[in-house]
Amino acid sequence: MAKVIAVRLLSCLAVVAGSSVLVFCILYVLPGDVVMNMIDPSSMSPEAIANLRHELGVDRPFYEQFLHYFREVLRGDFGKSLVNSEPVLPKIFAHLPATLELAISASFVSLTVGLALGVLSAVHRNKPIDIAVRIVALFGISMPTFWSGILLILIFSVFLGWFPAMGSNGWNTLVLPALTLGMLGAGFIVRMVRNSMLEVLGEPFITTLRAKGLAERAVLYRHALRNALIPGVTMMGILAGEMLAGTVVIETVFSRQGIGRIIADAIMAKDLPVVQGVVLFTAIVYVIVNALVDISYAYIDPRIRRLHNDRRSGWA
Amino acid sequence: MREAASVKTAWRTKRTPTTLQRTVPKIVVARWMSLTAGAVVLFLIACALVPQWIAPYSPTDMQADRILLPPGSAYWLGTDYFGRDVFSLIVYGARESLFIGFASVLVGGVSGALLGALSGYLGGWVDSVLMRIVDVIMTIPGVLLALAVAAGLGPGLWNIVLAVAIASLPNYARIMRGQILSVKSRPFITASRSIGASELSVFVKHVLPNSLSPLLVMACIGVGTSILTGSGLSFLGLGVLKEIPDWGALLSQGRGYLTVAWWICTFPGMAITLFVLSVNVIGDELRDALDPRKRRE
Repeated sequence: MAKVIAVRLLSCLAVVAGSSVLVFCILYVLPGDVVMNMIDPSSMSPEAIANLRHELGVDRPFYEQFLHYFREVLRGDFGKSLVNSEPVLPKIFAHLPATLELAISASFVSLTVGLALGVLSAVHRNKPIDIAVRIVALFGISMPTFWSGILLILIFSVFLGWFPAMGSNGWNTLVLPALTLGMLGAGFIVRMVRNSMLEVLGEPFITTLRAKGLAERAVLYRHALRNALIPGVTMMGILAGEMLAGTVVIETVFSRQGIGRIIADAIMAKDLPVVQGVVLFTAIVYVIVNALVDISYAYIDPRIRRLHNDRRSGWA
Repeated sequence: MREAASVKTAWRTKRTPTTLQRTVPKIVVARWMSLTAGAVVLFLIACALVPQWIAPYSPTDMQADRILLPPGSAYWLGTDYFGRDVFSLIVYGARESLFIGFASVLVGGVSGALLGALSGYLGGWVDSVLMRIVDVIMTIPGVLLALAVAAGLGPGLWNIVLAVAIASLPNYARIMRGQILSVKSRPFITASRSIGASELSVFVKHVLPNSLSPLLVMACIGVGTSILTGSGLSFLGLGVLKEIPDWGALLSQGRGYLTVAWWICTFPGMAITLFVLSVNVIGDELRDALDPRKRRE
């Protein structure tokens, strides 16, 4: 187990280094002048523009800019805002609780709804209930979150007045955004759980269990579901990505003060270093979550653990 | 009435249904869904190609006497705050929205598939380098990557296409590589090599065509994902401000009028959902049709 973790953490470091290169490249190497995108060229004198270029360091050669950026990132400096020179990292940490609150509660919604409906759908395969669940799941993955969010606001805030439409303090401001983001995740999970349940239910060991007279309930929950959930763990990694990216739109729709909102505001203000900083931060979180998922995968599935052990003893 | 009653009792008696009874409803339901989906996609594509034949009004026609009218017989989906007909706006907005979807799948799918094919076929260090690059791109969640690229490029239709394409590229590359790897070790490839076919002709004539089917499914579903991402970008204000807004921008403009005119936001979002839903249904159907295991059932 220790080896699994060590190998995974090392590759994690390499990937994070890679993604910092990528984030740097996105904003500095792509066609399009960063400075010209940031400002209105007609409102500034050529000298002022040259000064800004110098200040940003974009007048220096590429490798110099990159080394400078990379050194700063290693020091924990993710850049400064062009608008008010506020450092990005402390700002991210200040806004992190609101985003975590949203991501965790939305994941909870996705998992409970997704698991329940997915099992229901697989067990009643091709019955009306299965067809209904599949249509609901299709809607879940097909609705843009900015639209489903607005619909929930219309129904529950404007017409019924049950929950506030915006804000990020208190549980009642969390309900609608968590539902919006949760519906998307639930759609993915229902489809995944249904497929893998059906696959497991078709395997010979299920027939054996039924043949020995085990109650159907035990076959389903003690044996089929457990095996069907193994691929579900990888789904958690993908879900984490959806949640992180989804917060940008959701926090804009519901006016929540989270890190998704920082990036949306930064885009409007053309504050590229902030965009860069938040994207890099998110990438790091995403990489760590996926590494944890991989490790827990090895923990849950003995076959993978054995694979690593065999390699250590020179078997594979 | 008698007939209805007898049907009811027949339903109640527990008789194992015949094969016909079991399969017909299934096929009707499955085909019903994909037929409707196909019709929706065709209709929206028609909107994109010839909006002037479908829209009842001009999308730019502003009339002071019809501001914020609710949906009714004259204006099916209501009017907005400039007195423009919402239905006509959606019909004309289809062009840009669908263009983002199809163009980014074309750009991202073709370049991703090429990278994946090269990587899988050549193997060795080319494979290692390309796949590490793909791994790194995948560390940033798709929507966020598209957002960052679009922010770096600045607003513009092609910039959004490029941003969405880059974000979707790794998925295509991975699928294609896996396919190529599994196809190139199959006996018929060895056979065609052994009769003296050149490396290039083996690749173009045999490996490539036999690797394409999962890519097709992905591209189909990808059109939906790209439209979601693209309209999300334009919802966040990264699109181009034009006389005729695309669906995401239309929705974003309507947000300010949510409490007085629910229809401005609701219908463009419904258009996006309907299109993405239909594309997903068709993609699922395509996957089942191409999957030999499912075909056997």
